[in-house]
Amino acid sequence: MKGDDTMLKTKSTGFSSVGDRIFDACNYVFMIFLIFVTLYPFINMFALSFNDANDSIRGDIYFWPREWTLRNYAYVFNESNVFYATFISAARTIVGTIVSVFCTAMLAYAISRPEYKLKTFISITFIFTMYFSGGLIPNYLLIKELSMLNSFWVYIIPGIIGVFNMIVVRSFIEGLPEGIMESAKMDGAGDLTTFIRIVLPLTMPALATVALFVAVYQWNSWFDVFLYNSSRHDLSTLQYELVKILSTSDTGSSAADQYADAQGGADIVTPTSVRATMTIVASVPIIMVYPFLQKYFVKGMIVGGVKG
Amino acid sequence: MGKHTVQLKGSASEDSRLSAYFKALGKQKMLMLMSLPFLAWVIVFKYIPLWGWTIAFQKYRLGRDIFDQAWVGWDNFKYLFKEQQFYLVLRNTLVMSSINLVMGFVTAIVLALLLNELRRIAFKRTVQTISYLPHFISWVVAANIVQTALAPEGIINVLLLQLNLIDKPVLWLGVGEYFWGILGVTEIWKNVGFNTIIYLAAITTIDPTQYEAARIDGASRLQQMWHITLPGIKPVIVILLIMNLGHILESGFEPQYLLGNGMNVEYSENLDIFVLKYGIQMNNYGLATAAGMFKTVVSFIFLIVANNLAKRLGESRLY
Repeated sequence: MKGDDTMLKTKSTGFSSVGDRIFDACNYVFMIFLIFVTLYPFINMFALSFNDANDSIRGDIYFWPREWTLRNYAYVFNESNVFYATFISAARTIVGTIVSVFCTAMLAYAISRPEYKLKTFISITFIFTMYFSGGLIPNYLLIKELSMLNSFWVYIIPGIIGVFNMIVVRSFIEGLPEGIMESAKMDGAGDLTTFIRIVLPLTMPALATVALFVAVYQWNSWFDVFLYNSSRHDLSTLQYELVKILSTSDTGSSAADQYADAQGGADIVTPTSVRATMTIVASVPIIMVYPFLQKYFVKGMIVGGVKG
Repeated sequence: MGKHTVQLKGSASEDSRLSAYFKALGKQKMLMLMSLPFLAWVIVFKYIPLWGWTIAFQKYRLGRDIFDQAWVGWDNFKYLFKEQQFYLVLRNTLVMSSINLVMGFVTAIVLALLLNELRRIAFKRTVQTISYLPHFISWVVAANIVQTALAPEGIINVLLLQLNLIDKPVLWLGVGEYFWGILGVTEIWKNVGFNTIIYLAAITTIDPTQYEAARIDGASRLQQMWHITLPGIKPVIVILLIMNLGHILESGFEPQYLLGNGMNVEYSENLDIFVLKYGIQMNNYGLATAAGMFKTVVSFIFLIVANNLAKRLGESRLY
């Protein structure tokens, strides 16, 4: 603590040489450049998505829409695939996150108990899987054998526990004062009660980290849709719809074209504006959420990075 | 709930350690209930696929029972190591992951050092928050952004034309030789901010009196950065480097798959795409599994070697 104070003082009042000032100036210029490079693509997509599609063809849309319109959004959401895919994306994100966070926390609690006889065995069994995985083909065949192809649950069940997440939560629980759990035991609370009433609320910072990681993973996933559910259009997700647009965009009749052509909409929207609009739809939930969880995931990364 | 753990004390004295162990375990029914379902889960979803490696030694046919497949010994591996395409994808994998590893490390460390020098805390926080954004965005969105930026009328071509660096728009994703560079820059754009987290945390553990002493000796900010901050985070750098060496065959899958096309396939196709192509699209499960198995086993060897290397260097071990 004392050291921190000293550093702050020297940093704010210390005299700076010419060289240091030049360095500072360059540093600030660089940071502003970094901000620009990071944000520009999103600003540009935003501008294109709210600009009239026919007007966008004229080009020169960079930071702000020239002719405002909501037609791109109205069009994309009227397209039944996208509307339904957004619903599936939201459903898998919500269900997947709740299930995964609860299960990860429960397992982490059990193997954090020093008296638990299977603690080491279970920990090692899980950590081993970080280094060895069956790979694509055996996983695919397993899902097939389990009759989980073409189902919603294939999005949830294979990913219930993430080993990295489990390590983050376990480390956090192990850092809680042991006295709290001891006194709960004294009061006759069993492990389940201790877990739900005491550990769960105290572990919220770590769980927020895990929830963010899982939610982002779920929202961004498309490969499992492609691999397991590509024949079920009603189980498609927003990201997968975007993949379809992307992967055919350099051929003549792209999925984006088809989106645009369907219902004679070619004169209202263009592939460029459909892409921009869907990019914004797919990004906005993340942009809205992650800044608020920043202090949690930063902590989680540090714990996981050190112990993992 | 408490009934399961608070149990009557057994009066009979057992000699064997094993039965004492099981007796103790017997008192932990609730803990077992809370963890054993997940043990079952990990066995089904992580260990059974490991057993699926046997497919690499079979001529696997769909529709036939798993126990009724023809065994072919090392044939799949022999075929794999004779296949030209395999060496091409191996080269692509190694080059792309090396670029990611080196560039990822250097840029993240430099950015962390520079962020650390920002004196206005509010500005620093803003830069950090913004720099994390691309990490959370899906690869699909990122690939979309890259494709848009690199399109003939995209921002990159517009800028280069304005600066007279090129005379006509370049089809960036249509030239195979450019792919590695494009991928490297995209990876940096996406992850550099997020990767600074661990270094910034490490920097805060450096003893501030070192900076004071250096200041009294007249060290400039750059000198302090070079002689104090960088050595201060060296252990973290070494550990992360080792962790990442174990992933040298993990060059990623999504960016290559999403940005790859017929024109750059000789540079964009990596091991993961190779497995997908042979396995899922061409139904050659045996060969694809052999390639996947090769990848995991080699990765593990890398990790062991790196770990021993670190031990010899006197840094803390990983596992």
